[in-house]
Amino acid sequence: MAEDWLGVEAAVSASEGEEEGQEDDERRHRQLLEAVSSLSGRRRRKLAERTEASVQVSEFNVSCKGAGEKLVLSELLQPIRPKSALSSVKKELARVKQKKAVELPLSKEEAERVVREAAYVRTSKDVGKWQQVVLQNRRAEQLVFPLKQEIATVVPLEQVASAWKARTPLEQEIFGLLHKTQQPITDPLLTPEETASLQAMSLEEARQRRAELQKARVVQSYYEAKARREKKIKSKKYHRVLKKSKRRKALKEFELLHKSDPEAALARLEELEQLRMQERMSLKHQNKGKWARSRAIMAKYDLEARKALQEQLAKNKELTQKVRVELPEEEPADMPEEDLTSVTVPTVSVGASGANPWMLGRPSDPAEEPEVPEGLGDAAVPGAAESKEEVEEEEMSEEEALLQDFAQKRHVRQQQAGSPEGQGADEREAVSELPGDSPVHPVCAEEQASLGMEQPPQAQEEILLSEQLGRVRTMEDVEALASEERVEELEKPAATRAEKRVQQQEEGRAENRRAKKPPVKKKMISLQAVLSGKSQEVQCPSLPVVMEEEEGGIDQRGVITEAFAGDDVVADFRREKRKAEQAAKPQPVNLVLPGWGEWGGTGLKPSAKKIKRFLLKPPPAPPRKDQHLPHVIMSEKRNIHVAAHQVSELPFPFERHQQFEQSIRTPVGPTWNTQRAFQKLTAPRVITRAGHIIQPISAEDVPDVATAAGSGAKPALEIAPKRQEQPFRRPRKRAR
Amino acid sequence: MRVKVLSRNPDDYLRETKLDLQRVPRNYDPALHPFEVPREYTRALNATKLERVFAKPFLSSLDGHRDGVNCMAKHPKSLSTVLSGACDGEVKIWNLTKRQCIRTIQAHEGFVRGMCARFCGTSFFTVGDDKTVKQWKMESPEYGEEEEPIHTILGKTVYTGIDHHWKEAVFATCGHQVDIWDEQRTSPMCSLTWGFDSISSVKFNPIETYLLGSCASDRNIVLYDMRKSTPLKKVILNMRTNTLCWNPMEAFVFTAANEDYNLYTFDMRYLESPVTVHMDHVSAVLDVDYSPTGKEFVSASFDKSVRIFPVDKGHSREVYHTKRMQHVITVKWTSDNKYILCGSDEMNIRLWKANASEKLGVLAPREKAAMNYNQKLKEKFQYHPQIRRIAQHRHLPKSIFCQIKEQRIMREARRRKELNRRKHSKPGSMPFVSERKKHIVAVVK
Repeated sequence: MAEDWLGVEAAVSASEGEEEGQEDDERRHRQLLEAVSSLSGRRRRKLAERTEASVQVSEFNVSCKGAGEKLVLSELLQPIRPKSALSSVKKELARVKQKKAVELPLSKEEAERVVREAAYVRTSKDVGKWQQVVLQNRRAEQLVFPLKQEIATVVPLEQVASAWKARTPLEQEIFGLLHKTQQPITDPLLTPEETASLQAMSLEEARQRRAELQKARVVQSYYEAKARREKKIKSKKYHRVLKKSKRRKALKEFELLHKSDPEAALARLEELEQLRMQERMSLKHQNKGKWARSRAIMAKYDLEARKALQEQLAKNKELTQKVRVELPEEEPADMPEEDLTSVTVPTVSVGASGANPWMLGRPSDPAEEPEVPEGLGDAAVPGAAESKEEVEEEEMSEEEALLQDFAQKRHVRQQQAGSPEGQGADEREAVSELPGDSPVHPVCAEEQASLGMEQPPQAQEEILLSEQLGRVRTMEDVEALASEERVEELEKPAATRAEKRVQQQEEGRAENRRAKKPPVKKKMISLQAVLSGKSQEVQCPSLPVVMEEEEGGIDQRGVITEAFAGDDVVADFRREKRKAEQAAKPQPVNLVLPGWGEWGGTGLKPSAKKIKRFLLKPPPAPPRKDQHLPHVIMSEKRNIHVAAHQVSELPFPFERHQQFEQSIRTPVGPTWNTQRAFQKLTAPRVITRAGHIIQPISAEDVPDVATAAGSGAKPALEIAPKRQEQPFRRPRKRAR
Repeated sequence: MRVKVLSRNPDDYLRETKLDLQRVPRNYDPALHPFEVPREYTRALNATKLERVFAKPFLSSLDGHRDGVNCMAKHPKSLSTVLSGACDGEVKIWNLTKRQCIRTIQAHEGFVRGMCARFCGTSFFTVGDDKTVKQWKMESPEYGEEEEPIHTILGKTVYTGIDHHWKEAVFATCGHQVDIWDEQRTSPMCSLTWGFDSISSVKFNPIETYLLGSCASDRNIVLYDMRKSTPLKKVILNMRTNTLCWNPMEAFVFTAANEDYNLYTFDMRYLESPVTVHMDHVSAVLDVDYSPTGKEFVSASFDKSVRIFPVDKGHSREVYHTKRMQHVITVKWTSDNKYILCGSDEMNIRLWKANASEKLGVLAPREKAAMNYNQKLKEKFQYHPQIRRIAQHRHLPKSIFCQIKEQRIMREARRRKELNRRKHSKPGSMPFVSERKKHIVAVVK
């Protein structure tokens, strides 16, 4: 300010120096100043005064005369006559004057406080970036610690070896040896010889080999494709016919072979026997398969299904039947049949056939049955065989036609994939053809019937024998029998040829010593019988299941009533209920006071009138809730023994009692939940791994934190989906 | 007579190979499994009873110190190693699996006031009453080598605590001020002061590692920022805070162990009132340490007991004590979240299970499943009175029990007095102050 003022003064003096009336002005000014100073009243001390006007003004002589006085700048600037040139300067001055002084610097404490506040705001903002993560972790249903799941990696041997150096003399010696023999220690673990041999294989050779391999692969793939295509053909008939034709071909070949080379034929037969054995072992054609079971269900309603089933069984029998090496003179057709009779004998008598499921399920008519024993005679056999052969011949021609047809169709389809009309026609053809082929089945059935369902005389014998065991007298025997009978029943369907043979032999031998022998022994389940049981599978498709159950039910009830004959639980309960009802009835209140208003004393009773008046009958209780429930007693009293176990008030996090009840009602145990659900329900909140150090969470963990529970690879239980749904914002953090 | 025979398809109950899972045919029809709630209740009750039966938390005691154990430190890389410093200046390194002392160092004259391990686990620092900070190797010296510190820093004043940075070669000591040191230098990088009083403990934040918390004997807790080397904020409580510990999973949460028997969990962004007041101790709380999962913490008290608190609960879930355990000065929760170590006045370090009834060792999968199920059941039925009664039952020594009773009476009396005052004064003149606000005197910016 002072400088400004001096500057201004100099400027003013310079401008005024030019003007002529200088002295005059000066005098006037001094007068003015004196007048002004006299106004204040106080005598001012004399200041150094410059009297002489000179160009060079000594700096020591410059007075600061006006410093003490109240001098207004604008006054100084005031020209005699108002001049426009100075107005701008004046304005500037006014502005300068308005500016306030710079405040004093803050005290140290205050300055520190400001810094602290700023730092605090910044730091809490930085820290606040973790808010999302923290909330997520608090809410998480499952947390797996340590958060960073380190994955164990297998370090290659070379790396380990490279870091390691031989130190001890022994190690050095070993390494020396290795070096001598040029054994590799580091990366390509190949000896020089190996590398040499690798290089030795020429390029041409390699190419050739590759080409060969390629070819082989192509051929294989072609073959596979073909097989797949053929396999894909859905027509059952096609397959059946194909199989049959194959069989026929094989048979023909065999015959040819038989004529030309009996030795080879024998070998072939051996092979067949082997096949049969395999079939027996595998039980492939029994009716245990999915298809067979479904057929068995359908057989009740569907004749076709029944037939198919029979066919399968026949097939089984055929495959399992022993192929005999017969003498060349004998008729080949006869022998197997005879053999079969001994194979497939059901152990049930003809009379019992009505109850036998097998018999029920049998498609063949009873009219056919008498034929069979006749068939055993030699006379009938050739004719039957002939007729069968004829039929089969016909069949064959049909089959072959069908096969050809199929092949043709395929061919056509392959060739003209473009023409839809032809294809359609073909299909129509196929459709029209298919129903016409049905005669195959009856033939099969016939075959089946003639082969399988025969009643040999041996079977009846056996049953009679078994009946013999019933001759028992003592209680123990009866009991033993009961158990035996069960065993027998079990055994019956499972009886096999082998078993029968054994039995037959035994019967022959045991006739004389039967009296001594305890019958139980004979009825023991023979391992052989059970294991080789193949007829057991013959289920009765048309068996009335419900009826059987009813029978069982009655039996069961009888047993139960017998067992609990002593204690009548039902009556007890009824009594109890009556008691409860009585107890729940409101009792009349007796307010009768003897002696009031009448004579009292021993032997005197209050009058009837009084009793009538003072015996208060309560209103009848509302009807009981278990009125119409004979097996239930409902008590509405609070049971204090139970109350001790019950929650009396709503616990904190729940807002309504329904919520709480709901939480209690849902069972978590494995008894009520599937294994998976159980695991999920009982997954622990925090999973830690023994022996693992849990490091504090860090910025690098944060992406993991989002899926911490889910991505934890090791623990078996994770609850992933819920957490992933929540949008996770990763805090933008940088490692400092 | 018809005899019916059970016939089953072996496919339903046999496995094809022995490597397949066992088939357990189950029918989940609820009609076949009635009374699910009573049955589960019984199971829960049994589980709770068993839990109490098997609750034997005390594992072993490590004895060998010749004076009270004053401080402990965990090894950052090895679970089986723990360090302890005693009041006679002795430092011992223990092997927890063998439960043996593997090394003993006469580190200081007078108390070992504080100790901490370097984040890499190669060395550790101790401060003592002899005004020195010493750095030691974690490995024991080889044969013939003398037991000497790597570095020794002579200070002007007594250091009362030390903590190491979690990632860098920096550590902080406290005494008259908080000093932050570079490991390579003998003078502090910076000194942080705010007021003049002795600071009893300083702790680095494990997540935001530039943050420090300290508590001074003029009843305040001060937070510092290492980057700006400035204090941030100060909370003054009713009584002195002995130690504080940061939550290792939640960057802004720390818990302070106070002389007024309580622990206070603060959110450092809102220091006006603590998030939770944890009360159960009946004497000054001397130390606190968080579980590495950040869900719970353990506190050691002058009342000769150790308590475990869930972070979000006001009361403890567990109390550990033994007949011979005196004032517990220091406590640590091991880094695998399984064990608790406490060092007490009577020269012993005790090893406890963090979960009292937990079975140690490897569990078979079925065992594990059963354990989880039991846990869930206990959780589900925890509100039922019988179960709660069993689950909550703990034995306490008579001294603590009586003190608790006494304090309950005192608290009740105070409450009643306040109630009466409120009743007899002008409505609104006596405002209700929440428990959380009651203990905070001021927050200084």
